[in-house]
Amino acid sequence: MTASTRKRWQFRQPSVIPGFGLALGVTLSWLILIILIPLSGLLWRSSALGWSTFWTLATDERTINALRISFGTAFAAALVNVVFGVILAWVLVRYSFPGKRIIDAMVDLPFALPTAVAGIALTTLYAPNGWIGSLLTPLGIKIAFTPIGIVIALVFVGLPFVVRTVQPIMEEIDKEVEEAAATLGANRFQTISRVLLPGLTPAVLTGFALAFARGVGEYGSVIFIAGNLPYVSEIAPLLIVIRLEEFNYPAATAIAAVMLVISFAMLLVINLIQAWSRRRYGYGA
Amino acid sequence: MEVRVQNIRKEFSRFPALNDVSLDIRSGELIALLGPSGSGKTTLLRLVAGLETPTDGTIYFGDEDASRKTVQQRNIGFVFQHYALFRHMTVLDNVSFGLKIRPAGRRPSSAEIKRRAMELIDLVQLTGLEKRYPAQLSGGQRQRVALARAMAVEPNVLLLDEPFGALDAQVRKELRRWLREIHDRTGHTTIFVTHDQEEALELADRVVVMSKGQIEQVGTPDEIYDTPVSPFVFGFIGQSNILPVRIENGQLWIEDRSIGISAPGEKDGAAQLYFRPHDIELLDGCGGCIAGLVTASRRVAGTRHVELDIGSTQGKVEIELPRKRPQPIGHASHFARHGGNCSGTDHPPVDL
Repeated sequence: MTASTRKRWQFRQPSVIPGFGLALGVTLSWLILIILIPLSGLLWRSSALGWSTFWTLATDERTINALRISFGTAFAAALVNVVFGVILAWVLVRYSFPGKRIIDAMVDLPFALPTAVAGIALTTLYAPNGWIGSLLTPLGIKIAFTPIGIVIALVFVGLPFVVRTVQPIMEEIDKEVEEAAATLGANRFQTISRVLLPGLTPAVLTGFALAFARGVGEYGSVIFIAGNLPYVSEIAPLLIVIRLEEFNYPAATAIAAVMLVISFAMLLVINLIQAWSRRRYGYGA
Repeated sequence: MEVRVQNIRKEFSRFPALNDVSLDIRSGELIALLGPSGSGKTTLLRLVAGLETPTDGTIYFGDEDASRKTVQQRNIGFVFQHYALFRHMTVLDNVSFGLKIRPAGRRPSSAEIKRRAMELIDLVQLTGLEKRYPAQLSGGQRQRVALARAMAVEPNVLLLDEPFGALDAQVRKELRRWLREIHDRTGHTTIFVTHDQEEALELADRVVVMSKGQIEQVGTPDEIYDTPVSPFVFGFIGQSNILPVRIENGQLWIEDRSIGISAPGEKDGAAQLYFRPHDIELLDGCGGCIAGLVTASRRVAGTRHVELDIGSTQGKVEIELPRKRPQPIGHASHFARHGGNCSGTDHPPVDL
């Protein structure tokens, strides 16, 4: 091997697909314009607060509670969505029945509906004098104006994310894999729990991440059903708005920065798990 | 274990895929179901497995009626064309799956499961790869994992659906020889489906030739090739030429010439003569043979393929000759049958 053919490090791998420079340029400019500039503005503003001020604002008890409620309810809602979203996707992929198209279309409604409308509708149903609420009140169960109400609203807005990410992967599952499990003696339950679901892990994780992220940032539907009691059912995005209305910009910035960091860290972790499981199961590359 | 298929009929939404098929498979036999696509061979295999339910008829495993049992109860091993491995499990987990999911009473200890799985991985020559995932294996290796997985449950019968169909020619040949070895060592009753006649003839103890939902012929590879019972089998297996002939008083005629072949017991009238390209030899002038003009000559490995034009109404025939006998194009030749056999049709086939 001569010196000229020795491999040097290259930023760009040789490829027959043209337009790498242009496409990467557009991508980066777009990301900077749309995501990076607003977010770095946020970080810059919070760094201007100074560390001790920032820490005092971020560890304020009301803030901590709001963050805990936001992330906790989003997590719970994403879990619920994973369970029922996978079942819903299963039904849509595996069976054909009259009205299937209509159900399929209904799944997307939470995407399209103004979230405030959803929030008001859910509140009307679950309030102590609503259809469902009035049935539950005698049993001592209160949904609207509690964190459970928040979870229900977040389940509503997050459902399509899980269904739409799991559905295409489920459609790809070869019928032969199920038949293979059956020939080896596996019953229905074993086939589903040991063969089908583990294979869906990467897609389910993606769906979970999306539903979770959506839940953390959700505002419109939650504020109607939550009741917004400080320390109990007040979500972080609402607290930011409250601080803004009080012209308390430093506090708003601090909460936002904390949310940003936690969200980014969680999404990064989920993405890493996903990349790992994808590689392991031989999806994609 | 013996497998007996009795008067099986299978319809898919009124379209018959199998029509009154009966077949006896002996214990320990390696049997090939061979036929063109749509002949019902895969359907028959899936019926034996229990992946389909017959419209009519019975399948026996030994003396037991298996047709009422589910796939899970039949205890078979099935290998799919596209492997159907569990992609989130390692090779070892794939192979031990069938044992691990058994109910606690029938499940061996986990050490025993591992020992048996490793033994099978060794048998299929994948030792050292047991920690790999299917995505990290080549096609041939995946199919061997699939075979080990199917054998792990100690099946009554091993069923393979075009097991080498998705592999390239070199690997296919290698695996074929290797499957034969495994079969001879383990002695599982094995049925495999193929549309590749070379594979069927080389590998199987007996070949079942199928066409249009029916069994055309069951026999050893030699019987199938040397004494085909129907024009379909003759045409489907190996190379063949077809000449329209006429039968008169038990003699074959082409146009107005007798060609010196007799067909005792056949009715007079139009018929078709089937013969193998390598059962023919070229002669320089003779009585009672067929004359033709050499129109093309190609050397294919160890033999020479010569195309002869034997007249406007008869069209062309292709024959195979030893490579030592070059035939210049345009050369007028006569040819005749040497040994072998031919068969005719329109009435029941003539077997000469």
